[in-house]
Amino acid sequence: MAAPAAAISVPPAGKAVRPLVHWQDRLAQVLLVVCCATLALFLLGPLLMILVKSVQDKDGAFVGLLQFQEYMATPRLRQSIWNTLWVALVVTGITIPLAFTYAYALTRSCMPAKGLFRVIGLTPILAPSLLSAISFIQWFGNQGILKGLLGGIPVYGPLGIIISSIYATFPHALMIVLTSLLLSDGRLYEAAESLGTRTGRRFFTITLPCAKYGLVSAAMVVFSYTVSDFGIPKVIGGNFSVLAVDIFKQVIGQQNFNKGAVVSLVLLVPVLVAFIVDWIMQGRQQSQFSARAVPYAPKRAPWFDGAMLAFSTVVAMLLLAVLGMAIYTSFIKLWPYDLSFSLRHYTFGLVDGGVIDAFFNSLKMAFLAAFFGTLFIFGCAYLLEKTRGLPGTRALIRLLAAIPMGVPGMVLGLGYIFFFNHPDNPLNFMYKTLGILALSTVVHYYTSSHLTAVTALKALDAEFESVSSSLKVPFYKTFHRVTVPVCLPAILDIGRYLFVNAMVTISAVVFLYGPDTRLAALAILNLDEAGEIGPAAAMATLIVASSTIVCLLYALVTRVLLTRTQAWRRPALPI
Amino acid sequence: MTAASASRADAPRVGSAYLELEGISKSFGRFQALLSVSLAIHRGELVTFLGPSGCGKTTLLRIVAGLETQDAGTIVQGGKDVTRLPAIRRDYGIVFQSYALFPNLTIFDNVAYGLVNRHRAKDEIRARVAELLKLVGLPDAGPKYPGQLSGGQQQRIALARALATSPGLLLLDEPLSALDALERVRLRGEIRALQQRLGVTTILVTHDQEEALSMADRIVVMNRGHIEQVGTPREIYETPATPFAADFIGKINVLPAIAEGAGRCRVGTVSLDIGRMDIPPGTATRLYLRPEDIGVHPNGAAPAGRNALGAKITKVEFLGAFCMVGLVVEAADMPALTANVPRHAVDAGGFEPGAAVGLTVPPMALRVLI
Repeated sequence: MAAPAAAISVPPAGKAVRPLVHWQDRLAQVLLVVCCATLALFLLGPLLMILVKSVQDKDGAFVGLLQFQEYMATPRLRQSIWNTLWVALVVTGITIPLAFTYAYALTRSCMPAKGLFRVIGLTPILAPSLLSAISFIQWFGNQGILKGLLGGIPVYGPLGIIISSIYATFPHALMIVLTSLLLSDGRLYEAAESLGTRTGRRFFTITLPCAKYGLVSAAMVVFSYTVSDFGIPKVIGGNFSVLAVDIFKQVIGQQNFNKGAVVSLVLLVPVLVAFIVDWIMQGRQQSQFSARAVPYAPKRAPWFDGAMLAFSTVVAMLLLAVLGMAIYTSFIKLWPYDLSFSLRHYTFGLVDGGVIDAFFNSLKMAFLAAFFGTLFIFGCAYLLEKTRGLPGTRALIRLLAAIPMGVPGMVLGLGYIFFFNHPDNPLNFMYKTLGILALSTVVHYYTSSHLTAVTALKALDAEFESVSSSLKVPFYKTFHRVTVPVCLPAILDIGRYLFVNAMVTISAVVFLYGPDTRLAALAILNLDEAGEIGPAAAMATLIVASSTIVCLLYALVTRVLLTRTQAWRRPALPI
Repeated sequence: MTAASASRADAPRVGSAYLELEGISKSFGRFQALLSVSLAIHRGELVTFLGPSGCGKTTLLRIVAGLETQDAGTIVQGGKDVTRLPAIRRDYGIVFQSYALFPNLTIFDNVAYGLVNRHRAKDEIRARVAELLKLVGLPDAGPKYPGQLSGGQQQRIALARALATSPGLLLLDEPLSALDALERVRLRGEIRALQQRLGVTTILVTHDQEEALSMADRIVVMNRGHIEQVGTPREIYETPATPFAADFIGKINVLPAIAEGAGRCRVGTVSLDIGRMDIPPGTATRLYLRPEDIGVHPNGAAPAGRNALGAKITKVEFLGAFCMVGLVVEAADMPALTANVPRHAVDAGGFEPGAAVGLTVPPMALRVLI
């Protein structure tokens, strides 16, 4: 007569139920394993090769940590570690407050033309990092008009690296901080106001804690970017040695691949540390933005708005001055002696010299990376999030997708040499093709793209797949009839992201191009080395122009999609 | 007690058993979601799985649908063992709390989603969709998008989509929980009428006792991964088999008591006639008493009879059709009681806090659980 009789009865000791797997589920699982294997092959394979090479000498004999000891015994190389770190710390320390204040002005003030300021703040993303270096040389270099402002300190060296890196990292920090500020809950401020909390206290008790994770994340991104970037120190660094350039010198200059592997592992350490710090912080972040949260709506405050407008105007002008100088340089005869308008850097410098082929290579490579990269990344994220079974494989894919964020492009590129140039690798034929350049670019920028796809997929009702199987509709039909159309904005966003980055990247591809597959950003490097600043600026301008066109196209297509084919989006979605 | 009442309720009622669950167990890591659950559902009946969140009701539904795989146990549907079949090869339609309508497809395409895949003729599909939209009372919704409909309308469309392929089993996973109160009541009547008209065997998962009582042919009360009681709404309400079932469905007074023999139980210092003789003296029991079963007589006027008590009113809470009256039986060492008194009776006077009243407790209304 005991009440919970059913609770006491023990499950029959029968064997576990083994469900039959439908061929469609099997298909999804096979595809998932293929995705996982592909990622492992093109990410882990090259990284493992670096580890192997770092403990071998030139002839392939195992030497243990000998090369690391040699490395540490070389004062110049040791100096590079310190140089790299302090420069990156200074850049982080300046960029983050700048980006935060700029983002604060965009979200918390009532200053006019916020849309314009936002776009200007993000423009550096369209340009290769080299552009800022070239531009600063024009402003402050030996022939620079503002050279006097530096008071005798040469721009070639740490100073140039720092200001160029601030320019290049500013938009990345801005995007992250902007997102975290936009996500704060307006109700918190209303509550604080009703309690009579003063503005300063509100800033320190609500704004900063809410933006904390965004700030840490932005700081880690800026730090990693600066540590890993190779273009800026190469162009404007002078004799100031940093790790990324050391790798280049070891590999390209001295053809000492094994030493290069050692340096790249040293470079990997600070980036991995930043990556892990960010990872831990993100894990701690609780969802502060509940479904009921109300976006913050700023109120007018003349003095505050005025100050914010002044600050943003100064920053925007500086950003435009950098971009503008590069474009200007490309259209004049010879800085600073002959400022008359001329297209000779384009016609004579690029077209006649055949350098323009590099630009078309870049376009082709960017399209390849954007098209196939988006296909793979979204498909893989879909299989990961929306199909069932194989929990181990899923966990591995999640891990693999997170790794590229923590691997500098130089390291990845070097790994690709070892991996694809290996005589025993059947994929050897890919070495020095556009295909491998596109592949390395997709892998290099995998993490952000993957997160965009996963976020879009998670926003879909989790039961679409259950409903489909109850209606006996195969998963791939629901994928193309529902999932892809609904996620189209995110898919286009991934494509745009890959395209723009493929146009500007140099670090991963600098080791991988062949005579026929030189890219535009690499051509800038070569032109700069040859002292051809005008054509280099012209090439940079072409890259900015093509990336701008793609971004405008993206904005246009997204708008058309949202207003026409996605008519269902117009009313607020209840999901 | 559970087993006895369950087997009584399992007797064929509407039709023969259509769905038979035997020994279903499921755990997620160390959490035991279901413990050897067995249940038979008859053809054409509407059964609700009722219980608090985390009781395993949704897990059980998802196992029936093949969306989760049980660790042990068998499922037979329509005489066929479907235990190992994947979801896509089972025969059911399903409706979720979130509606899960495809936002980029029109209502027509949503309802036709399962039909198109079966290569039916276009005219046939059009006719079937029109029929279903009419059935759920939204004949003109076809060209609209889900986002343009209200929550209740969207849920009707989800129902039409689930019914489109004429499945043998309809699964409803908290279908009304996302709707506002009025819409919920309206739709629950509509779903029940539709289900009875089509005669489709239906499982409804809910945590709302009112929904379960008003819609179900039978209710399966679940708690912590097992079945507490299976029975018709009246059986569950009037003769709860377990303390949990008594407590979870409706309001109830719980009185710890000791059996005295001769059909009586002692609560505090009061001896009550419980109307049954089968409990050995000295057994510790609990008496369950619905608030509406207590007779409350104003001005201390307790009529002579069995189980008459004197009490004092502590508070009167107005709830519309009736008032909830808080009572203490003075000097009886008995827990406070709650009684429901119709509004008009309260209006007649004598129900102010502090007033003395007489109580009567019909022996048949006392449910004894050990």
